[in-house]
Amino acid sequence: MSESDLPEGWELVVGLEVHVELATNTKLFCSCPNMFGDEANTNVCPTCLGLPGSLPVVNEQAVHFAMVLGRALGCTVQPSVFARKNYFYPDMPKDYQVSQYDLPTNGEGALELPDGYVVGIERAHIEEDTGKSTHVGGDGRISGADYSLVDYNRAGVPLVEVVSRPNMHTIEHAKAYVSELRDILLATGVSDAKMEEGSMRVDANVSVRPTGSTELRTRCEIKNVNSIRSMGRAIDYEAHRHIDLYNNNDAPRQETRHWDEANGRTRPGRSKEDADDYRYFAEPDLLPLDPTAAEIAAIDEAMPALPQQRRRALAEAAGLVPADVALVVERNQDELALAALAAGAGGAGVVKHLINNLADGAGQLTPEAFAGLVSMETRGDLSSTQAKTVLAELVANGGQPADVAAGLGFEAMDTSELEILVDGLIADNPDEWGRFCEGDKKIQGFFVGQIMKATKGQADGKVVNQLLASRASSS
Amino acid sequence: MSNRISTDEVAHVARLARLQLTQGELERFTEQLGDVLEHAADIEALDLDGVTPMAHPLPLANVARPDTVRPSLDRDEVLSQAPAVEDGRFKVPKILGEEL
Ligand SMILES: [Zn+2]
Repeated sequence: MSESDLPEGWELVVGLEVHVELATNTKLFCSCPNMFGDEANTNVCPTCLGLPGSLPVVNEQAVHFAMVLGRALGCTVQPSVFARKNYFYPDMPKDYQVSQYDLPTNGEGALELPDGYVVGIERAHIEEDTGKSTHVGGDGRISGADYSLVDYNRAGVPLVEVVSRPNMHTIEHAKAYVSELRDILLATGVSDAKMEEGSMRVDANVSVRPTGSTELRTRCEIKNVNSIRSMGRAIDYEAHRHIDLYNNNDAPRQETRHWDEANGRTRPGRSKEDADDYRYFAEPDLLPLDPTAAEIAAIDEAMPALPQQRRRALAEAAGLVPADVALVVERNQDELALAALAAGAGGAGVVKHLINNLADGAGQLTPEAFAGLVSMETRGDLSSTQAKTVLAELVANGGQPADVAAGLGFEAMDTSELEILVDGLIADNPDEWGRFCEGDKKIQGFFVGQIMKATKGQADGKVVNQLLASRASSS
Repeated sequence: MSNRISTDEVAHVARLARLQLTQGELERFTEQLGDVLEHAADIEALDLDGVTPMAHPLPLANVARPDTVRPSLDRDEVLSQAPAVEDGRFKVPKILGEEL
């Protein structure tokens, strides 16, 4: 997968629009179940089918979730008004989609990525999802289809659309943004955020500009990315396509394009005439939302610890920076890490083992045993290889690290024994030792390797290196 | 007759709303919509600083329902109302427009 940086002289500009299905029991404006995967058209009623005479009533839980997400993103929660977005398309049987326009529930906010970069949030508004159409005949794509089949189970499912500012300039930041947003959705319980089931859908607005410029050039909106990885590939492809056009004295057209995963390219969607002329107007069948200050304060009060706060808390306790512990928090292992730290373990050792050796879970490992193991390793009672072996045993069967180490025959090597071995090795290999003393780094591995061989891996590499260094400085 | 909207603009809006207008209707609606816009302009000319824009004629907000499931319609009954059905779904003509 190529995710190279752009050619010299070009800067990437990405803004993301993420549609999130809310984890409510019912739809946004009717009491039909909000359920993925049910048989087609079994969760429908006059309101979500847009039958004449039906009237919408907003779901209080959907509004609550939208505000929780807004506050989690640091948005201003404000009085809001629903609006009709008018277009003719069979996935929306009313011929309009109820959304929010000039007065969204959540105004400006920001999302901080693990490396500290801040992505601006323009708004996060509430809207209803559309039905699902399947194109039949032709090549399965719309242009060649003979007809389409529509399932309205999804029509009216509550969504929040989170719109970022176009201030991401690397693919890594775009990917980190989606990943962070997903973690926030899971932490708050606002959505199950499954990209593969479509409960989290990402559209990427991509453009490029000469490095150093602040202009916003023509952007293309890329749809149909079904994973964070696809999104990265799609952005990379699209940015290079734009640069090629500019280099050939041409320019991209503003359009919607679809990511073709199999062929690794974007292709133009068939754009509707007047597609952007939605003639929004205030939805007369719904009343405005006007949350009280007390309601917003209660949401803040009940907010669970968000990934950013958890990274900061763990980094501080471990004496590291937030980016170092991002993976631990992402894997929800920060609680174990904090408990091990509280039991006296050193931060670097705890984080190192969590990231490298505990990716598949901690099994039977208790925080105390984890702390004990890290301390033994730090003291030099166990080499790092031995510590890894003991840790695997603690994960599989539990127990105390000292007992497990003893059971495996991992006795701490006496330093005086090591000294004898080192001195013997130096005496036996005068040429190699000469090179070592002249600062030949490559030969260091030879000495360490010989000692490890002689001790069957039980020596602590760090101690061996220290011994070699002290012998070299005194020889 | 006001000049606030042209027959071309009215024809455009009519096309977006899938309305077919005769030439006579087009002229009549252009005049009527011009009057509406004229009225809006009169209001716009007033000093409205400090007046909160009205979002709804009823002085109500936050009318919501609990998130409790109630029975949906019977699928066979729903589909029996459709002009064409296939595989439990509504069958609609080939869609011209953007792919979803
Ligand atoms: Zn319904």
